[in-house]
Amino acid sequence: MPTRTEPIAGVPVIDDDPFSLAILSEPYDFHARMREVGPVVRLERYGVWGMARHEQVVAALADWETFCSAAGVGLSDFRREKPWRPPSLLLEADPPDHTAVRRVMARVLTPRAVKGLHASFEPAAERLVASLVQRGTCDAIRDLAEVYPLRVFPDAVGLAEEGRENLLPYGSMAFNAFGPRNELFEAAFAGAAAVQAWILASCQREALDPLGLGAQIWSAADRGEITHEQAPLLVRSLLTAGVDTTVLGLGNALFCLATNPEQWDRLHADPSLARFAFEEALRLESPVQTFFRTTTREVEVAGPRIPAGEKVLLFLGAANRDPRKWGEDADRYDIGRQSSGHVAFGHGIHACVGQAIARLEGELVLGALARRVSRIELCGDLRPRPNNTLRGFHSVALRLTPSQGD
Amino acid sequence: MSAITSGELEIDLLVERRTAAADGVVVLTLRDRWGGDLPEWEPGAHIDLVLKPCLVRQYSLCGDPSDRRRWRLGVLLEHEGRGGSRHIHENLTEGAVVRVRGPRNHFALMPSKRYLFIAGGIGVTPIVPMLAAAEAAGADWRLVYGGRTRSSMAFHEELSARYGERVLVQPQDETGLLDLDSLLGRPAEDTLVYCCGPEPLLQAVEERCAAWPRGSLRVERFAPRATEEAVLQTFEVELRRSCLRLVVPPEKSILEVVGEARIQVLSSCTEGTCGTCETVVIEGIPEHRDSVLTEEERAVGDAMMICVSRSLTPRLVLDL
Repeated sequence: MPTRTEPIAGVPVIDDDPFSLAILSEPYDFHARMREVGPVVRLERYGVWGMARHEQVVAALADWETFCSAAGVGLSDFRREKPWRPPSLLLEADPPDHTAVRRVMARVLTPRAVKGLHASFEPAAERLVASLVQRGTCDAIRDLAEVYPLRVFPDAVGLAEEGRENLLPYGSMAFNAFGPRNELFEAAFAGAAAVQAWILASCQREALDPLGLGAQIWSAADRGEITHEQAPLLVRSLLTAGVDTTVLGLGNALFCLATNPEQWDRLHADPSLARFAFEEALRLESPVQTFFRTTTREVEVAGPRIPAGEKVLLFLGAANRDPRKWGEDADRYDIGRQSSGHVAFGHGIHACVGQAIARLEGELVLGALARRVSRIELCGDLRPRPNNTLRGFHSVALRLTPSQGD
Repeated sequence: MSAITSGELEIDLLVERRTAAADGVVVLTLRDRWGGDLPEWEPGAHIDLVLKPCLVRQYSLCGDPSDRRRWRLGVLLEHEGRGGSRHIHENLTEGAVVRVRGPRNHFALMPSKRYLFIAGGIGVTPIVPMLAAAEAAGADWRLVYGGRTRSSMAFHEELSARYGERVLVQPQDETGLLDLDSLLGRPAEDTLVYCCGPEPLLQAVEERCAAWPRGSLRVERFAPRATEEAVLQTFEVELRRSCLRLVVPPEKSILEVVGEARIQVLSSCTEGTCGTCETVVIEGIPEHRDSVLTEEERAVGDAMMICVSRSLTPRLVLDL
């Protein structure tokens, strides 16, 4: 991609590739440098701007009129390049188009609506955790983080059993596609056609259980709140955004707890802290690390001005570790911390509409573990899972010591 | 202040005309940018002006409901306000575009043979279309319209010219405060009283109508003003499980105060839209400011979003 404009005086320039394997696998030193050099930086490699401090990231997310999403929330500029799939009606849209659609999704996914999922999500978490504790060792990703969301979430949406193995590859495609066309992108898109065809078919009304969340979206179309053409794209949003993110969120939380034994002790002593343990892990190891926005006008960011029509990369994961917001121990995992205010779910009108489901899954899995496991330790393989947008692990080998009497 | 309902319009409208209607009051005429019809409304309805994502203000429609092409609003510049009216006065010039939601009606005109309308200051705006409706229905009605000075009172000339002696204009510097005792001293069985204006006027009218038949009095509290009033309020929250009592000052949310006391609560949007910080209310009556709970859920009153909602009672007991 050619460099479009000369850096403006006063804006520091960084040459590193934020989508390189090295930085994606170990991003935090780079994030610290981004935050230190200035409130806004020029990422010369891609001819885009970047923000990594909490204050500026939150402000940009809140100001959807200036930092728009309809030109895509990846590097690709939808005004110049054809999107790889029909754009998301939620993520890649702005008001007024976004408004009615968001309202329908918000109603389907409110914390109140999601409470209804508790009855089926809880026993699934208990059973899975009990079986892992019995085994003693497991891979937190393969045996737990990938298993649990892939069991409960597609059930909640109302997907058929067959073909669910397509969900993770589809998520990998969607989230890699927000980055440049690098090796990760190309690898994710190998075999894409079959995966996309399955996703498309699964979003149709006849493929969905009439009692699931997907069917509720179709019902909203019947009531005229959205069109019948929009309904399958919104079901697709559930499938894109609801699987990989929670898989990695759970895996990252287990990684945090396994590497901070004193925090595990606190959680084990009081399993009702599970929701806070999950939330703090979202802050510290945010599954969604970055999203782009596009400026609709020239805008001043703490002094420097970004011209109109420019791509801006917002480092959510870096904002969540900004010492200006979180204090000098921002890099520490502390389940007693007031971690509200993190932007792991975004912020403003595009904030994750399914966050209540993610929290429910996190709380149930960590709570079940906290009650049954007195110690949780790393015991071998720890491999990152590089993705152009997501932060997480490919494997986290764990040893689980059962509580006495379990 | 009502929850957003799915059937509601949200659209960008054009400021077609802007005129000065009185000291500090501008009247805006809004229309669809492509000349389309706007949704139907009835006297007493209001709309939201979405000035910025976090700056939403309610204004009554004060034009003619049969004109489907235009909506009219009167906006008083409130120097002590939180910036909504200032934003409008500074930015919404002719040709500007403004995001609008609604309309909604919490102040509907019920059928009656007789009406007494009492308006204070800019509170006249929802009353204006009511007068036309009462007149068209052949009702016997009067308007008593108070304000600080004649020059601060929007629409008084228009109303006097159209309705003559039915309209009594009473600027405070000329005739003093409204004589509510003689207006409301004797309950009237067949009269509905509609009142909109500043909080002291509403309270005074409510006191005097206590002896009236139930349902005789209908008032509209302008949401922005009511909100400002409550912002000034300090109240106490008791966290039952934590055995803590905390004071919530006007400038802080319950969520902030609870967080400062090192009680962990999950929250996310901090603007009453996501529902994450929903908290069980054990005692007391919340003043709901979120856009999550439905009217029915609010009426039950057993839960609140503590990032934005406050209290109507001196003490709230929460399950925290």
